[in-house]
Amino acid sequence: MAKTIAEINEKIRKGKAVVLTAEEVINIAKGKGVSRAAEEVDVVTTGTFSPMCGSGVFLNIGHSRPRIKLGGGKVCLNDVPVYTGIAAVDIFLGATAIPDDDPRNKFYPGEFNYGGGHVIEELVAGKDIRLTATAYGTDCYPRKKLETLINIKDINEATLFNIRNAYQNYNVGVNLSDKVIYTYMGVLKPNLGNAHYATAGQLSPLFNDPYYKTIGVGTKIFLGGGVGYVAWHGTQHNPTALRGDNGVPRRGAGTLAVIGDLKQMKPQWLIGTSMLGYGCTLTVGIGVPIPILSEEILRYTMVTDADILAPIVDYSEAYSQMKPDILGEVSYAELKSGHIKIQGKDVLTGSLSSYPKAKEIAGILKKWIEKGEFLLTEPVASLPGAESGITFKPLKERPIVEWEQNARLQKNSTSLPA
Amino acid sequence: MHVSRRIVLHFPPNITGQPVVYRLVKDFGLTFNILKASVSPGEEGLLVMDLSGEQNSYDKGIKYLTEVGVEIQSLSKDVVRDESRCTHCGVCITICPTEAFSLESETRQVLFDHNKCVVCGLCVKACPPRAMILHF
Ligand code: SF4
Ligand code: SF4
Repeated sequence: MAKTIAEINEKIRKGKAVVLTAEEVINIAKGKGVSRAAEEVDVVTTGTFSPMCGSGVFLNIGHSRPRIKLGGGKVCLNDVPVYTGIAAVDIFLGATAIPDDDPRNKFYPGEFNYGGGHVIEELVAGKDIRLTATAYGTDCYPRKKLETLINIKDINEATLFNIRNAYQNYNVGVNLSDKVIYTYMGVLKPNLGNAHYATAGQLSPLFNDPYYKTIGVGTKIFLGGGVGYVAWHGTQHNPTALRGDNGVPRRGAGTLAVIGDLKQMKPQWLIGTSMLGYGCTLTVGIGVPIPILSEEILRYTMVTDADILAPIVDYSEAYSQMKPDILGEVSYAELKSGHIKIQGKDVLTGSLSSYPKAKEIAGILKKWIEKGEFLLTEPVASLPGAESGITFKPLKERPIVEWEQNARLQKNSTSLPA
Repeated sequence: MHVSRRIVLHFPPNITGQPVVYRLVKDFGLTFNILKASVSPGEEGLLVMDLSGEQNSYDKGIKYLTEVGVEIQSLSKDVVRDESRCTHCGVCITICPTEAFSLESETRQVLFDHNKCVVCGLCVKACPPRAMILHF
């Protein structure tokens, strides 16, 4: 018997919805059988908590007296530069931004102790943030300099808008070279000294809805401890990635762009993060509810760590040089055992995502729904699926001379007498 | 006053054959717990230990060590975990040379065994939310 989101919401309102986490559903559905479970279970909640570089916040700080036009000027928050190329007092703070005077990798490996992600964490925590700005001044916006403290509770808007989050599957990073490398996958020790992976596996949102049958534009989610929405498919969304028989991608595939009001989020779910030798970022907590509309949807949520395969990639060469080679595939069950075998060698595994926190997020979302505080939304548009043909393309580099030649040709042709 | 500190001792090759630690116990009444040792006669040696005793005797013991040529590094340096910042990701597990971190298989929480830590400092910079903190 198929259900609708409206019917599920009716049950949620009455406090009668049956909600399970993506971990709980595995055994319960196996015990009851898929068809009975599909009838009884209304919602399955997922979660992930991982460093996600595609994150940032739009802020509208309000107009000063006299007015200043930050657009086109230079603005820093706690010395971290923000993007000003928008309206007068709107700015965008990206998770990976770092202060101009940060030594970066000059003293290798750079520590990257403080950046955009850390400012976001402090903003959410309600701390005062130092804003310093210079502008060029106009007739209607005469002011050229501004130095002030700002606080999230006083500014007009603080909108978290993450253009790429919640990657559906990810590489397992290793290092085949003979020296330590410092990557966004962490510190990778030489000669296959360790292997780092980065998703919550069976709890992760897009692994539980591999073909984006329920998650779409407008899906209401847990975002950073508050409520947010799926805004669009994320950048680098790659629905045509290689998939297993169960539909689960075996390579990095779908991604989500998410949005929400930062003012109602919590600092423990948005954590400023430093990757040694790589840079700053933000660890983001996301949880997506999946309405069990049919047996098919339920079956997808029963995915286990043993059913999900990830590619092993050498970050000392294959990744950096954009070579497609992989060293094999491993399941998340193997990764989570603490050791995997690569080229006959026993390699210690570590994770960048937190499974306990992902579980906590799925649990919080479950509680919200059970208590009737969180209703599901009907997506207003689907995310591009495997049939869209969308692929993740590399950059096609073309010499700039080409453009200059074209410009010259155009000039010649227009200057010809008619 | 009773004190207990974690210290790293570097032995120059000429004294690795001497019963230095024995004298700490015998002459100064200190107690110790060795956490890591790589000392072989005639070579440079390293000893990490918790050393405790009365402040007075402790100071005398340290003085004795410096006099015989032992280099004492990071006296009372310590690495602790800020529990409120640790996300239990597990990236430190593969970094720590002494296996001070382990995964609790049931909850998948990352456990930190302070006693196994030799204060090498590797995890301090490798922990993404910077939950491992070096105290001086
Ligand atoms: S790397 Fe840091 S945050 Fe992650 S488990 Fe270890 S101590 Fe905790
Ligand atoms: S400082 Fe960190 S990495 Fe080094 S021994 Fe202690 S716990 Fe392990």
